[in-house]
Order: sequence, then structure tokens, then C-alpha cells
Amino acid sequence: MVLGAADRTAVRALWLKLGSNVGVYTTEALERTFQAFPSTKTYFLHLDLSPGSAQVRAHGQKVADALTLAVDHLDDLPSALSALRELHAHKLRVDPVKFQLLVHCLLVTLARHYPGDFSPSLQASLNKFLSHVISALAPNCH
Amino acid sequence: MVHFTAEEKAAITGLWGKVNVEEAGGEALGRLLVVYPWTQRFFDNFGNLSSPSAIMGNPKVKAHGKKVLTSFGDAVKNMDNLKGTFAKLSELHCDKLHVDPENFRLLGNVMVIILASHFGREFTPELQAAWQKLVAGVATALAHKYH
Repeated sequence: MVLGAADRTAVRALWLKLGSNVGVYTTEALERTFQAFPSTKTYFLHLDLSPGSAQVRAHGQKVADALTLAVDHLDDLPSALSALRELHAHKLRVDPVKFQLLVHCLLVTLARHYPGDFSPSLQASLNKFLSHVISALAPNCH
Repeated sequence: MVHFTAEEKAAITGLWGKVNVEEAGGEALGRLLVVYPWTQRFFDNFGNLSSPSAIMGNPKVKAHGKKVLTSFGDAVKNMDNLKGTFAKLSELHCDKLHVDPENFRLLGNVMVIILASHFGREFTPELQAAWQKLVAGVATALAHKYH
């Protein structure tokens, strides 16, 4: 699914609106992922995953920063995310299917907090953008 | 087989009671067709699906969405026997409609997103987790008779 001009505009506009709160939402998305899809916790044995955990919040902020980086580099995600791909694919060896679960929970979180903005078109654009991010993190993307 | 605790059943049923099935059904199917455009392949005779607004306003999409979500209500009433409840529909989707079961998972997730947008504060991580179990159970039940 190609990320067209309208998709990029929509994603950038949303990111402006989210402002400095991206970390709040990615943290909530992580919490939801751990709750709804317990198998994802197997990748975080080193973290305290109890509700409200500062470590989860810190990880949420890392995810937020990475997504913001992605939004700023929509023209060249594989290159912008190459260090993260190296980390997730080769060091952490995360099954790429797990990223889909986090993406879904991020969409749930955003729909919950911005119902008025979360039109079908925005959902489609976000889904495409996040799919591209997942592809850029996959092991066979060089 | 999916097992639901008493709390999960109560939470799911409680939320379901507040869902406007007609509206939510149309919205769920509409969003599926917008966000995952290849799903339109099953709806060639639905008329104008050329844009998000065309899809969301399409009366056949709304009507069919209502049908699908009404059927989902059977899942809520029969959480302990999803496979039995959806056996006939599973055969229909395989033998007559030829729908790839992956689509059931996609629709289930779209439904969860809609519930989140409608119920906001109420849609806690615990409630989402219970609903994810249910939509996964329904998707599996609908795929169960495939051959």
C-alpha cells in the first residue's frame, strides 16, 4: 500500500496535533498490548510490566521518539530506521507479527482519545504509515 | 477453545448492551472496506465503493454491516460455544462466499477500534483484552469448518 500525498499530509497533521503527548499514547498502547496479547510480554522479561510502570513509560517514550522520527522521514523509512531494524531484527529477534499487535493497540488508543478526528480515511492513512514502519523494521529489508 | 471468566463475560455483555448494532455494523464494515481495500473483492455488487465517503454512505454496506453485527450478537450470547454457534456460517463463508478467514480477524480488530472510539474512557485495557479474546474466538469459529 503506497503512502500517497494525502496519507502523508494526514499523518503529519495528526502528529502535530498529538504534540508532546505521543509518549502518553504509545505507553498506553504498550500497556494494552501486554494486557490483550500476553505473548508479547515474553520480549520484556527485563522490564517491570505492572500497571503504571515507569519502565514501560520509558519504553513508550522510546517508541514515540522512533515514530516521530519516522513521520519526519516518510520518504526514506528503511534508511531512517536502519539502526532500529538492526536492533529488533538481529539483536532482539522480535517476531514481526508482534509489531502488528502494537500497531493495532496504538490505533485503539488514538481512536479512544481522538474519536472526532479518527475518520475512516485517517485510520486508513495511519494504518498504511504504520505498516511501512513495520516493513522497515523487518529482517529482510535492506 | 476460548475460555471466558465470569468477569470477562459480564464486561463484554455490559458493553454490548450499549452498542447501536445498526450504526456500529455499518461503520465496522465500512471501515474494513476503506482501510483494507482488497476486502471490497467480496462486494462487487454493492455499487459505489469509489471513495471513503461513498463507502461509508453506501446503503448496502450499512445493511450488510448491520446483518454481520447482529450475528455477532449471537457470539456475545454464546461465548462458551462459539464453534457450535457459528458452524453453519462457517460453512457458508467457505463453501458459498469463499472468504479468506484472515478477513474475519481484520473485521474483528476494526470492531475493537470502533468500540474504543465510541466508549473512550470506559474501554479500559482489561475490557479491550476481553473483546480481543471474543473477536479472535469468533474468527476462529468462522474458520473452523473450512476445508
